[in-house]
Amino acid sequence: MQIMKFIKSLAYPSEMLPPIVEEESHFDPETEHSAAKLGMWLFLATELLLFGGLFAAYAIFRAKYPTMFAEGSASLDVVLGTVNTVILIFSSWTVAVAVSAIQENKIKLVQVMLWITIICAAIFGINKYFEYSYKLSNGITPGTDIFYSIYFAATGVHMLHVFIGMAVLGVILKKTYEGRYSKENFTAIEIGGLYWHLVDLIWIYLFPLLYLVG
Amino acid sequence: MSHSHSFDKHYLEDGKGFKSWFFTHDHKRLGVMYLWAIGIFFVLAAIASFLIRFEHLSPGQTIVSAQTYNVLFTLHGAVMVFLFIVPGVAASFGNFLIPLMIGARDVIFPKLNLYSFWIYCAGSLILLLSLAAPVDTGWTFYTPYSIDTGTNVILVTFGVFVLGFSSILTGINFIVSMHKLRAPGLTWDRLPLFCWAAYATSLLQVLATPVVGITLLLLIGERYFGLGFFDPAKGGDPVLFQHFFWFYSHPAVYIMILPAMGIISEVIPVFSRKPIFGYKAIAYSSLAIALISFLVWGHHMFTSGQSKLINIIFSVITFAVAVPTAIKVFNWLWTMYKGSVELSTAMLYSLAFIFLFTIGGLTGLFLGALAADIHLHDTYFVVAHMHYVMIGGTVFGLFSAIHFWYPKMWGKMFDEFKAKIAFTLIFIGFNVVFFPQFILGTQGMPRRYFNYAPEFESLHQLSTYGTWILGVGFILMLYTLFKPVGVADSNPYRSVSLEWSMPSPPPTLNFEEIPTVTTSTYDYGTKVEQEA
Repeated sequence: MQIMKFIKSLAYPSEMLPPIVEEESHFDPETEHSAAKLGMWLFLATELLLFGGLFAAYAIFRAKYPTMFAEGSASLDVVLGTVNTVILIFSSWTVAVAVSAIQENKIKLVQVMLWITIICAAIFGINKYFEYSYKLSNGITPGTDIFYSIYFAATGVHMLHVFIGMAVLGVILKKTYEGRYSKENFTAIEIGGLYWHLVDLIWIYLFPLLYLVG
Repeated sequence: MSHSHSFDKHYLEDGKGFKSWFFTHDHKRLGVMYLWAIGIFFVLAAIASFLIRFEHLSPGQTIVSAQTYNVLFTLHGAVMVFLFIVPGVAASFGNFLIPLMIGARDVIFPKLNLYSFWIYCAGSLILLLSLAAPVDTGWTFYTPYSIDTGTNVILVTFGVFVLGFSSILTGINFIVSMHKLRAPGLTWDRLPLFCWAAYATSLLQVLATPVVGITLLLLIGERYFGLGFFDPAKGGDPVLFQHFFWFYSHPAVYIMILPAMGIISEVIPVFSRKPIFGYKAIAYSSLAIALISFLVWGHHMFTSGQSKLINIIFSVITFAVAVPTAIKVFNWLWTMYKGSVELSTAMLYSLAFIFLFTIGGLTGLFLGALAADIHLHDTYFVVAHMHYVMIGGTVFGLFSAIHFWYPKMWGKMFDEFKAKIAFTLIFIGFNVVFFPQFILGTQGMPRRYFNYAPEFESLHQLSTYGTWILGVGFILMLYTLFKPVGVADSNPYRSVSLEWSMPSPPPTLNFEEIPTVTTSTYDYGTKVEQEA
């Protein structure tokens, strides 16, 4: 919620902000925890449908232009793609360790694991930056043909999700230093982790579909 | 937990000024703010439609240029759809009623609920900013025109994209609330039917909205980065845009109508003094409608050259939607049968809903029939059909809700006599506007056209005169609602539903003690009611 406070402070002069009081919840912690998880799963369903549009377009156009897809795919850098896949799968493991560590109150371990996850995400982004700029410098743009339209749109929207995931995990990491989480109160870490797994999962589908067909 | 201060004051009194509203977590205040917002957008878009109809008073240019006309119907469509009717009943009355009906102090994520409202405000502002270079694509943003036009398509579609988030988050909030916060004893088969309808609506919001989200992102990418998804020159396909668009927008039609159906299911038993007939059938038919609505989007593209086989499949499934819809209508009628029907204003709007929605629904079947659709596609018949469903259905449902829950929401009563006159004007005006459009459509008058052939003039004029009756009706209705007469007690309509068990207006945290539910929500004419 730090982000919201920050946005609020931009949008309104400080005297307009309501006094910050930790509001008493109307519901018991057990209900809140299970509700937050259900809410997150529903949100993940919306993410799948968002990418579902791109996957549907992929299926249609690949059936229509098989050679274009084979050639386009061959032009992508499989090594960088593989490295990025390994990085994301590894970061999914680190975030899972963080979620189980908090349930044993191992705050230090949680922090280390979240740091590693965020660094992995950053490395993923840097690799992607090199991939994009290499393509663009060779004159290949999102408008070159349908394959590259899908390549740039799908990996671009995915990249956006990586950044959002980094921001979410960053906020959670910051709060661990404020002592906000414990084995009684770890909902945010768990649902943040769920989100990160989804980002990983979508890449696991994008990687073979874009890099390995041919 | 000590919440005593929150039970002394009702929610309208608990805090004054802009801050106490704009930063509130109270679902009732958020519901009221949504109601205001959709009300304002309704008036804005209605004014656009009055100008459109005025333009059609005679063939050729009457008051505005052709380009202004295109802008007006785009503004009318986009504002009505994305700012009024999609959030519409679900965000306003859904927010106000769901926690009261399930016996909870608020929705499960009150802060998220506030953020949803802010996102709605932000999306609306972005969409309205586009008026600087108003869009002329129609509310459907069909490619390739939406990629070529020089108007502000990016801003509008981005606004709709942002609004989608609000819709998704509200949907998630409602679904989780109904799973986690139902009062003890309030089992799924005792849940009020408005909640069932809101649940089905929320499912659609959550599952369909992301698809239009990615579609609009791709459209923006197409204009900004030169993506080729919908551009034949790059190997793309403009019809793919239509498929994506209607994969959301057809379920969205049920996002618009389902909550209104929920309202009718609440109003009819109260004013028939009878338990609802076929509770389970009505509840499950909401889910059935939600499910089938995902499988019919292709009926918007019968004339786009898609395969004949696909056309037949979509046509058959489209007919199937009529089944759960008819189940609802017959159950409502049966609820009234041998009941002691009281024709209050809310009940009149509900009865009008059944009448008009049935016309709207049945004419939908004409359009779902392949052969008839070739003739009727993109004519005024479609315009009339859609408005019978959207106004005759959703808007009449909304008006029914505004009158029925008026005492609960504001703690006051309105003038029933004036309200009934307003209803009569609205009912007559609406039919005078739109019934001639069915005839115009069958005669071949194409929709969206600026000009028309002279032989259509008299029916066009009749339709325009209708808007004036309708306008007077709206104004009288607003006047009646803004001039309350007298204070409401907690349950003026003798409903047995939970929200009427508390004072009017309800205290901020609704229930001092979470109630335990022991009976059905619709125990009218039985022992329980006599005790209550």
